[in-house]
Amino acid sequence: MKGLLPGWFGLPRLDWTLLLCLLLLIALGLLVLYSATSRDLSAVYGQAARAGVGLAIMLGLSLVPPHVLRSWTPWLYGLGLFLLVLTLLIGEGRGADRWLDFRVLRFQPSEIMKLAVPMMIAWFFHPITLPPSIKATLLAGVLLGVPAALIADQPDLGTALLIAVSGSITIFLAGLLWRYILILAGLVGAALPAFWIMLHDYQRNRVLTFLDPESDPLGSGWNIIQSKIAVGSGGLFGKGWLNGTQSHLEFIPERHTDFILAVLAEEFGLFGVTLLLVLYVVITSRCIYIASMAKDTYSRLLAGSLGFTFFVYVVVNCGMVSGLLPVVGVPLPMISFGGTSMITLLAGFGIVMSIFGHRNFIR
Amino acid sequence: MSSPHSIMGSFTHSVTGGNGRGRPIKDTLFESRLFQNRATFGFVLIALAVVLLLARYTWLQVVAHEEFTARSNSNRVRMVPVAPNRGLIYDRRGRPLAENIPAYRLEIVPEKAGDFEDTLTRLATIVELPEDAAEKFARDRKRYREFDAVPLKFNLSEEEVARFALDRHRYPGVDIAPYLSRYYPYRELLTHVLGYVGRIDEDDLARLDPDDYRATSHAGKSGIERQYEVALHGHSGLERVETNAGGRVIRSLERTDPVHGDDLVLSLDIQLQQVAWDALGDRPGAIVAIDPNDGSILALVSKPAFDPNLFVHGISAADYEAILASPGRALFNRVIQGGYEPGSTLKPFVGLAGLELGVTTADKKVFSTGNFYLPGLDRPFRDWRKGGHGWVDITSALEQSVNTYFYRLALDIGIDRMHDYLAQFGFGEITGLDLPGEITGILPSREWKMAEHHQPWYPGETVISGIGQGYNVVTPVQLAVAVAALANGGRRFAPHLLYASKQAGNEQAVHQQAQDITQIPVVTEQNWDTVREGMRRVVHGAAGTARALQPLSGYQMAGKSGTAQVIGIAQGKDYNENQVAANLRHHALFIGFAPVGNPTIAVAAVVENGGGGSRQAAPVVKAVIEAWLAQEPPK
Repeated sequence: MKGLLPGWFGLPRLDWTLLLCLLLLIALGLLVLYSATSRDLSAVYGQAARAGVGLAIMLGLSLVPPHVLRSWTPWLYGLGLFLLVLTLLIGEGRGADRWLDFRVLRFQPSEIMKLAVPMMIAWFFHPITLPPSIKATLLAGVLLGVPAALIADQPDLGTALLIAVSGSITIFLAGLLWRYILILAGLVGAALPAFWIMLHDYQRNRVLTFLDPESDPLGSGWNIIQSKIAVGSGGLFGKGWLNGTQSHLEFIPERHTDFILAVLAEEFGLFGVTLLLVLYVVITSRCIYIASMAKDTYSRLLAGSLGFTFFVYVVVNCGMVSGLLPVVGVPLPMISFGGTSMITLLAGFGIVMSIFGHRNFIR
Repeated sequence: MSSPHSIMGSFTHSVTGGNGRGRPIKDTLFESRLFQNRATFGFVLIALAVVLLLARYTWLQVVAHEEFTARSNSNRVRMVPVAPNRGLIYDRRGRPLAENIPAYRLEIVPEKAGDFEDTLTRLATIVELPEDAAEKFARDRKRYREFDAVPLKFNLSEEEVARFALDRHRYPGVDIAPYLSRYYPYRELLTHVLGYVGRIDEDDLARLDPDDYRATSHAGKSGIERQYEVALHGHSGLERVETNAGGRVIRSLERTDPVHGDDLVLSLDIQLQQVAWDALGDRPGAIVAIDPNDGSILALVSKPAFDPNLFVHGISAADYEAILASPGRALFNRVIQGGYEPGSTLKPFVGLAGLELGVTTADKKVFSTGNFYLPGLDRPFRDWRKGGHGWVDITSALEQSVNTYFYRLALDIGIDRMHDYLAQFGFGEITGLDLPGEITGILPSREWKMAEHHQPWYPGETVISGIGQGYNVVTPVQLAVAVAALANGGRRFAPHLLYASKQAGNEQAVHQQAQDITQIPVVTEQNWDTVREGMRRVVHGAAGTARALQPLSGYQMAGKSGTAQVIGIAQGKDYNENQVAANLRHHALFIGFAPVGNPTIAVAAVVENGGGGSRQAAPVVKAVIEAWLAQEPPK
């Protein structure tokens, strides 16, 4: 079987559909960023440079065959766990301003885990018969639970939840029986009150504010209200590029990071939002298509998980900006300013492309 | 294309049949189908999510678009009131008495400032803030809305402006704003005329239109500034501005200009004011000069005074204590609030009453022995000169200020007729001068005494009323108005400082005609001449009490001195000035006008604790009259 391996340095096997959509997204993101930063070209260049780095990593990873990635998986996961514990011990308590931290060299171990957790679970399910048994499911639960708990403790509830979601999606795609899913859902529902008690004050505030933003319009409700005003006043076709008053008069907080969609919606209207969603749906669908083409469990689960998780980011951010969901620190994928998120995402698409490129090779 | 592995897998699956015993071998085809089932389910969820999101964004951007557009506009667009420029004040020759000078103030928008205490503590490191800044701010902010800027400190130094400009980003909601600050170039010289402006407080708001004053920080607290507050203030404008989330104004969209306050021209002559001020020297007292032809005030001095500029930027507690503690009650405007016994300055009016009421005639002579006895009383009412003045008619009685003549006359007139006649000259009521806080003084009558003291009127009280003693209390401005009416033949004006006013946009100032004129009935013109002749002789007569004044070259001046008792001197006792503590010495009074035939100025002066009126107050009046007559008559 080893004779069939194409070796390490084969030609890049790019998925042009995925690449084109990603490039369109990046371009759209830079356009909106220029406006959201009030024409700060240096921010735009910085973001473009990071996109370049991310694309390079993507191309690099697309060359690595999935079975090699699979063999790396436990090490990557272990490294991630180690760094998370290290962060817990010596890391700075960054509090709620962590998303302002956009310096490239600053390292967020939780970003590794966004990839490492679905990879690890796919790796774990790869050799065993699916659908997974209760025991296997519980073990997978531990694999996602430990890093999620460590990240939630930072505290970074948003990332922790997303990592838990990406792991859960992997387990779901692996074919977890519906009756287990129902039982699990029941358990989670029952555990919610306890979970509520464990939340930090500011996290609880966010949820409360989400439920009734007008109760504190100048305090914690400000983000949601101003964001909704920005979106709503955008109308069908928006106020035009660089003409968003909510953005340029600084009414939208975090307008170049988590709330950049509010700027897009204000300046390009429902038209812009729809275009963006179309791009996201195409990218996600493509990932799922590639996953369903994959011949081995690891590739299939991983590509599927990355695709669905990507769309979960989209839904959470779009929901947050429009006031459908509480404010959690989830950036708009590929658009929000900030290096780590975009590089992690592009690395993930590199893996998907690798799975696409190597779909005819089986191990 | 399928590999042997996968064929084996599917085959194995069919053999073992699901969850059989042992560890089944992986069935790739089954897993692939399982995955596709799950992916399809997931994709349905995605489709649902997309539909939900699009519905949400459609609702926000299409259905509720109008509402959010309105909220977006009200977010950024704000109506900001614009303070009008306060009207300037000039003297009758157009010299500025109250100006507006550019200054900077520190403002804070409470809504945007966050933790106020913290902001204040940090601000204190770069800007000198008064100790009670927090208190004052807490009081002031009540009259502002949350998003209005509340002034924190006025009149910043250039250094403070520069320091703040460097650090501005550290203070959200705090900003420096230019404004026009009131400035009084003549300082204490005009304090009791102009008054001053100060920070608007609750009292001011109770009488002013709060809507028109939203952008205004200062209002007139006393004097002309308070009297003509509404005219001086003007009307505030309104500006539609675009602001950012920090409350800072980005640009102006539309503007209704404020209407500037009226410029006021006072009848005052600042040169004459200076002469009067200097003439009084260091002594506390009051001087009013009035034009007998139209009742306009030419000079108005009350001493001591204080620098009104101290009050404009909020006077410090220490400065205020110093003014309160200074001798002579500097905050007190003696011209309108000082009640003095008129003493002999009342004699010309009593004399005129006697002539006009037919009680006496110009020729009638009375023998003065120095003592005057009332029937049934063995204690005499004394004259100021021992042994008396011999035979005197009314003219010489005025010239020499013969008490006994007026004792007799007062008794003959009677208190009722004397009260009614003197009331026509404005004694016992406010003159209507356009300054706030004027007092009425006292013109005693039977009714007044019964109401005030619950006692009947005694004849002895009529006697001393004839020489302006007893219950009589007058203000310097009442004396000036009365002597002006005497000088001009009975026309009594409500005196006024406002000479003309210029509304915003007008080229020319409009002259303000004297409103309130009372013509005192004239029975015989000669009676008035007689009294004026007596007053002329006070200065020019051989025996005149003020003959020590050197007569003016080319003009004749009429006058009458008076001495107001501060401590009661029992009849029969001598008053020795040198033995009395300075603050208990008599007040010196003098009234006068000139030129006698065609008067253009009438003056009343009080020199507190000065002693005799002719010695202390007459030179002051003469100095003012001389200075006025030496000037070119103003247009």
